[in-house]
Amino acid sequence: MNTPESTCILERNHGLSMSLKLPAGPRVAGASSESGDGRASFLLDSCLLALPSCTDRENGGHRKRHRGRLAALAIAVVVIAVGVPLWWKTTETYRAWLPVTQINQLAQLQLQLSVEVEVVFSRGTLTAEHQKKVDPTHTRLEEHPVDETTGLSYRYETRYRTATIMEEDALNQPTPAETDQSLHLLSESPCGSVVIYVVPESSTLLPEGVSVYVGQRRTSLLRAGRPMRLGVGLKEVLAHLETQVQQVLKVMSFSHSDITAALSDRVRLDYSSRDGLVDSMRAFKSSPGYEITFSLLNPDPKSHHLHWDIEAAVQSYIQPLLSKLAPVADFSLDSQILYYAVLGVNPRYDPSLNAYTLNADSLSHVINPVEARLGSSAASSNPVLNFLLYVPDARHSPLYITDHRKYTVVSNAFSSPRWGGIMVYNVNGTELPVDINIDMTRVMGVFLAQLRLMLGVQSSTPPPGFLVGPCGPAGLADWELDRLLWSRSVENVATATTTITSLAQLLDQIGNIVINDNIAEQVSAAVASLQLAVGQLEAGNLGLALQYSKEAILQSERAFFDPSLLHLLYFPDDQKFAIYIPLFLPMCVPILLSLLKMAAEARQRRRARQDKKE
Amino acid sequence: MAAHKCNIIMLAFVLCGLTYVFVRADIEDTNHVKDAESGAVDIAPKTNIGASLQSTKTEDQTQAAEEERQWEAETNPADAPSDNKADHVHDTMQHLASRPAPYAKDQTQEAAEEERQWEATEVKEADHVPDTMQTPDVPPPTPAKDQFQEELVIRPLHSGDIYASFQFRTMWDTDFLRGSKVSHYRLFPKSLGQVISKFSVRELHISFTQGYWRTMQWGQPFLPSPPGAELWVWFQDTVTDVDDAWKELTNVLSGIFCASLNFIDSTNTVQPSASFKPLGLGNVTDQRFLRYAVLPREIVCTENLTPWKKLLPCGSKAGLAVLMKSEKLFHSSFHSQALHFRPVCQDWKCKSTVWELRQTLNVVFDLHTSGQGKREWSLFKMFSRTLTEACPLASSSKVYVDVTDNPQGELFELSPTTPLLSQAVVLGDRRTYSVYDLTNQATFGQTRSLNMLLRWRAAESGDMLRPLLHGERYVAGYGLQTGEIHTLMYNNHPYRAFPVLLLDTVPWYLRLYIHTLTVSSKGRDNKPSYIHYQPSKDRLRPHLLEMLVQLPPNSVTEVTVQFERALLKWTEYTPDPNHGFYVGSSVISALVPSVVAMDTNSTRECPLFSSFFPCKEESSYFMRVYTEPLLVNLPTPDFSMPYNVICLTCTVVAVGYGSLYNLLTRTFQVEEPSPGLAKRLANIIRRLRGVPLL
Repeated sequence: MNTPESTCILERNHGLSMSLKLPAGPRVAGASSESGDGRASFLLDSCLLALPSCTDRENGGHRKRHRGRLAALAIAVVVIAVGVPLWWKTTETYRAWLPVTQINQLAQLQLQLSVEVEVVFSRGTLTAEHQKKVDPTHTRLEEHPVDETTGLSYRYETRYRTATIMEEDALNQPTPAETDQSLHLLSESPCGSVVIYVVPESSTLLPEGVSVYVGQRRTSLLRAGRPMRLGVGLKEVLAHLETQVQQVLKVMSFSHSDITAALSDRVRLDYSSRDGLVDSMRAFKSSPGYEITFSLLNPDPKSHHLHWDIEAAVQSYIQPLLSKLAPVADFSLDSQILYYAVLGVNPRYDPSLNAYTLNADSLSHVINPVEARLGSSAASSNPVLNFLLYVPDARHSPLYITDHRKYTVVSNAFSSPRWGGIMVYNVNGTELPVDINIDMTRVMGVFLAQLRLMLGVQSSTPPPGFLVGPCGPAGLADWELDRLLWSRSVENVATATTTITSLAQLLDQIGNIVINDNIAEQVSAAVASLQLAVGQLEAGNLGLALQYSKEAILQSERAFFDPSLLHLLYFPDDQKFAIYIPLFLPMCVPILLSLLKMAAEARQRRRARQDKKE
Repeated sequence: MAAHKCNIIMLAFVLCGLTYVFVRADIEDTNHVKDAESGAVDIAPKTNIGASLQSTKTEDQTQAAEEERQWEAETNPADAPSDNKADHVHDTMQHLASRPAPYAKDQTQEAAEEERQWEATEVKEADHVPDTMQTPDVPPPTPAKDQFQEELVIRPLHSGDIYASFQFRTMWDTDFLRGSKVSHYRLFPKSLGQVISKFSVRELHISFTQGYWRTMQWGQPFLPSPPGAELWVWFQDTVTDVDDAWKELTNVLSGIFCASLNFIDSTNTVQPSASFKPLGLGNVTDQRFLRYAVLPREIVCTENLTPWKKLLPCGSKAGLAVLMKSEKLFHSSFHSQALHFRPVCQDWKCKSTVWELRQTLNVVFDLHTSGQGKREWSLFKMFSRTLTEACPLASSSKVYVDVTDNPQGELFELSPTTPLLSQAVVLGDRRTYSVYDLTNQATFGQTRSLNMLLRWRAAESGDMLRPLLHGERYVAGYGLQTGEIHTLMYNNHPYRAFPVLLLDTVPWYLRLYIHTLTVSSKGRDNKPSYIHYQPSKDRLRPHLLEMLVQLPPNSVTEVTVQFERALLKWTEYTPDPNHGFYVGSSVISALVPSVVAMDTNSTRECPLFSSFFPCKEESSYFMRVYTEPLLVNLPTPDFSMPYNVICLTCTVVAVGYGSLYNLLTRTFQVEEPSPGLAKRLANIIRRLRGVPLL
């Protein structure tokens, strides 16, 4: 197409249009300088003569050009305003709305744990004027920033009061255990709270050298220190008491190290000692349910006819503990007998013991071949706790487990962190085959201890001067349960927040993932439960906090592992380009070119106008 | 201008054509579904089904797509005893349907046939072998609630092959279903027990088979199974959402058995109305709680065998299971492993029920070809192992060798010999077995190992009695649009007719024209007395066709139905679509007259008082025959097509768009016609000369 500058369109009457090349300025001059050429001058003249009509024609051409420009613009506008949104709408993946701001708030986790402490002064621990002066409530706040995104604060709400008459009576029982029992009958303290009875120093209730007695429930007895008797100011009395109370609380509700260990999902911890690491690895991760399986391994069913009354043993030893732990998780119990199951290590004969030994170093290889036969639970996805009772065959009997210093282990059992425990049960029968009834009391004693460890019921050694009362028939004191609940709630909250935030991150990073409504619902529900759990922890309602945190963990996991999230995960960009280029390239090139040209024209025109002005 | 207009019209045509090609398949699908649904709306009330039959036959095929229509036999008023005939048909159906009723009752024995017979053998053993050793160490009746039995049956086949059938039975007197959460397992496998109690399974039958059982060469198997994987489950009537439970169960089982059972979904699951009745105790026959699925494509190998062996209490460490070495078991013509779980009677009186888990493994060794020309076999040759002990946990552990055809040792020689003989009626035939009791130390002899050796004497074994019932199936037709499925059912009984139930499950992508269904035997129409047809729904459920057909004596009954092949969506094709698509075996269930009853040969020595009525033992026995699976080719597109189509469409769009764009934006003008060649040449010369141009 000729450039519009150099063309002038002439229309004849009979409809034919022809264009006439108008020589550019200098050439016109040149042509005119070539005088003597009549034809050229005629041409020029005719053009000059026809000038008025020529500008008319030029205007018509201009209008046409203008129309073309408008058409190009209109097409560009239609493509951008209609085509692109249409394409976008029809090819976009469905992404339901997620509560992103709330999730981001959860990423900054500020946990506050509130403990209600009741300090009861018995007769003879406070003077009358002190009793009047004492402030009935006292709140202490401890702040522990853990890292940049996580902070912990503990709020201890202490209430002071004097003992009632009935409590005084209870405190006059001869032994602390009986006192504990009768105090429990008087009042039931809510989950997570602690009641401390201060008894006078002269009291004979506590044995010699014992300053604190921790009972079965949520009560403890505290022997008043010397300064109280001396009648010094109330402040000193309370200050002295405060340090003791803090010690008691560390034992009975939670210590900072427990809580930080529970946060291990969120926070990278530096374990100063190997023991700390081992301790933290031993217990199972918090889970809404556990499957407990007892397996009797009989490698030689031909010579050993083993009978174990597992039903009764479970009923009398394990079930009480589990029913006490029911708020923490659901437990299911089963047992099986595996024949011809052997350990992965050949025991070594030790002539000094006249027995076979398994060294502690080789224990790590024991489990693998057995595990293939244990059978993972097909019916649920909860973690399985395995407890194996191994009866060595006659050729490798008796069998003892030795520790690193080559001493035999008394219990003849060992445990594997987050997996379970194994106990070796030696039978001595000279004449084969032999019928054996397994002593379940011995076995269950060991398994119960291992089960407590696996579930994270910490039996940390109390500080000096503390006496821990015997645990009841359930094998678990109320305050031990509280300790577990504290750390489990915090752990659940930490796990659920990390799950939700990482899910949100993932969805944010990969735009191709379809977010269905049910996932959005679950995420919202998880966030709501998390907020409730955090709120309940702040309010000090431990039971509710645990329940909400369990819900949060369930919902967040369900959202995270939803199979629909995987569908469009892999949809690479190069494929998209390959599909779209044949369509977009030929469509966009003319539009872009004409737009460019228009821009260039506009620039030129502006320059021309500027030149004109000058 | 005209050219441009033409361009645009062309473009529109091309685009329309392409769109049509793409959309067509979808429209077809929806239409089909619509048809099925509109058909479902006018389900005929059951009272006038007989009347509706005639009209339905004349109507077109969409009418045939009525849901769950059950056609009763149309009683012909011309026939005199019309009511009786109907009753008779009904009775047969009832009989077939209620076949595995509690077998404490003597009238209905068929279901328990095999088990009963095997139990009977022990009783008979004592009778038949009075002068031989009594098993000295009979275990005292322990109060154990579970017991385990194992046995191996070896049958030399007439083709020269060897059929070895293992059976392991665990019985457990427990309550899987009462909500007690604590469960303690001793002999019963825990992983399976958990699944059963979680999903409230009442009966579970699962089989994995590699190879096809050649009935005409090998006779009947003890436990028939179709090639591939088969799973059928009866749920307890307490299950509320059976489909959900079924889906989860198949996934869990696929994990337990390392099989692709997770491919079982609604498109290959059916609820047969009559063919698969519970084999155990219980009278719930509501098919809502039954699910049946076959995966004909499933390939069975050692990864399925290992978990199966793990369910045995002795594993593969002791007892008969030591013979199961996968490299030998899978080097065979036929391999089938199965697991059957069902409630059975505890004892003869059937006062209480126990749960029975029966694990079976059937192998046919092709020794004739792999035995280097020698016609002999031994345990070691077959399994590369010998037997050294019974499983210590087993209450009975026996090996049976079928010596029926060899009463005087003229066909083959078996060593070591055993004085124990046992007779049993298996599949309507009285067979004699040599029995090796592994719980008896004397069986193992001096070498402390048992290696049975069988050496054939005759070059050719005798003729085999033809199996009374036999089925075949094939696809006929040409091209990729339509075809015809032919199912042939052979009744080889010389003079007795018997009814069979035929179950056909056809995937939805073969669209059956049910109006073309014909059943004919001996060249005449054979009207089925009962038809249950459930039409398919695209991508939702398969066709289910069940019918009760009377097979005339000594005849071939042919069932044909035409089908159309559907176009699949391109993501629905398997990775190897040109291999074809499998259609599962048809199942023929029948009460077959017993061979013993058929035996009218009066020349045999038998007491006169016993030979008057031909019916000596059970007059008929239950049998299930599976036909071959079908392999059907579907029209397969070129799979690079979508991208080609995208490119082509885009090009067409771009061309059309470009013309349109040009039309809209360009301005057109006529150029001055260029001067002729002579003039141009003249001008050049003039320029050279300096003369003004023309």
